[in-house]
Amino acid sequence: MTTEQKGWKEIPIAGVCWRPATDYLTGDWKTVKPVRDKEKCNKCLICYMFCPDGAITWNSEAKDIGFNYDYCKGCGICAAECPKKAIEMVLE
Amino acid sequence: MAIAKQNLLALSGDEAVAYAVKQSDVDVVSAYPITPQTIIVERFSEYVHNGEVDTEFVCVESEHSALSMCLTASATGARVFTASGSAGLALMHEILYVTSGARAPVVMAIVNRALSGPINIHCDQSDSMVERDAGWIQIYVENSQEAYDSTLQAFRIAEHNDLLLPAMVMLDAFFLSHTLESVNVLPDETVRKFVGTRKIPLIKGHGGKLVPFKLDPENPITMGPLDLYDYYFEHKRQQEEAMQRAPQIIKEIHDEYARISGRKYGNGLIEPYRLEDAEIAAVCLGSTAGTTKTVVDQLRTKGIKAGLLRLRTYRPYPVQDIINALENVKAVAVMDRSHSFGASGGPVFHEIRHTLYDASIHPHIVDYIYGLGGRDMPQKLIHEIYKDLQKIVKTKRVEKLVQFIGVRE
Repeated sequence: MTTEQKGWKEIPIAGVCWRPATDYLTGDWKTVKPVRDKEKCNKCLICYMFCPDGAITWNSEAKDIGFNYDYCKGCGICAAECPKKAIEMVLE
Repeated sequence: MAIAKQNLLALSGDEAVAYAVKQSDVDVVSAYPITPQTIIVERFSEYVHNGEVDTEFVCVESEHSALSMCLTASATGARVFTASGSAGLALMHEILYVTSGARAPVVMAIVNRALSGPINIHCDQSDSMVERDAGWIQIYVENSQEAYDSTLQAFRIAEHNDLLLPAMVMLDAFFLSHTLESVNVLPDETVRKFVGTRKIPLIKGHGGKLVPFKLDPENPITMGPLDLYDYYFEHKRQQEEAMQRAPQIIKEIHDEYARISGRKYGNGLIEPYRLEDAEIAAVCLGSTAGTTKTVVDQLRTKGIKAGLLRLRTYRPYPVQDIINALENVKAVAVMDRSHSFGASGGPVFHEIRHTLYDASIHPHIVDYIYGLGGRDMPQKLIHEIYKDLQKIVKTKRVEKLVQFIGVRE
């Protein structure tokens, strides 16, 4: 996230966002991150559907999932929902 | 522009407001009835039912919802009106700040009524006085004619792209809301031309692109996000900047309206009455000014140099205009129709006294709390106030800084 801060004369009124929300790398909130055991994962995509932040990605060419740690807040829902216990939350 | 030919109608203050809203091409009205404001939205709902207006009328379950509805409708670029007072306004308290913070130019009529405990539905200005810090423009009117005129002006003021500040028009409960008066109304087309349509400014949206400042699926923007210690303060500073620009714009719109209607209220911010050479003066807001003007006239026939300053806008508070109007007066009596318990006097007294600290000569300034819960303020009591002021000028001494007048001991 950029740390540059603008004065009141420069910013839009009323708190209207002049930068997209994706500029804010909210992944830096996390203390634990999901790590997947590729052997156990059967790519059922339950984690992909449950992730509240859209931080689990689907690569249609490789036909595989990935984690976008820029936005993953480490909530652990993916690990809790995984039927194969293939995701472990590890300390960053 | 020439003064338009007008129709003289017999309207109560509430009906005068409803008539002004009817003529103002309002897109959305959402309100919840509360006595003595009810007639405003009741009349307006009749206009909707009869097809006399093209307005979406939204019934809701509370005032909190009414203003939330108005705020969100305004965010889509609509022209929006609501009305409330007393406990209803208090229930809107939270959303008043959200509305001004979102820079949504909602216009609201407030029929000034006491805040309960014990229950009272009659006039005092406690309800809107506690909302003076909410970032809304506040205009207090003296009579039903001014209620009509000010409602029309309020749309232009609130929606002015240099302001984008919500505006309240205050009229005294029952004294104005339920009393029939002769009100001159402008022709529909003259009003349409004056109020125009709401203009939407451009604002920097996502990715820094300039887009219209409204919720629009074609040009999505994010309104009302979380705003923490890193930017909230800057947004509040912007609101103050808009308020600082407001006096000039209110004056201009007031003058423009005077050219089509022939009616003026002082300079639009304050209305001095026989103050030029006054030695003693009262300061008040709302309908009491009418009675006080009569008392001033009576005193003048006796050669007593009495005057009156009526504040029309309380927010923005016109500091320099007040100094100019009062600095040559020897004694000033502020009349507060609300009280701040435990404070040294009412809210108007605090600000007038603070303002005159910077005047070249300090007049003596005293406060009279009057008329709470609809208690009448007859000429006799106003005469007593001016008598006190004469005594202060003569003795150069203030015996009581703050007094309650019209209350039984």
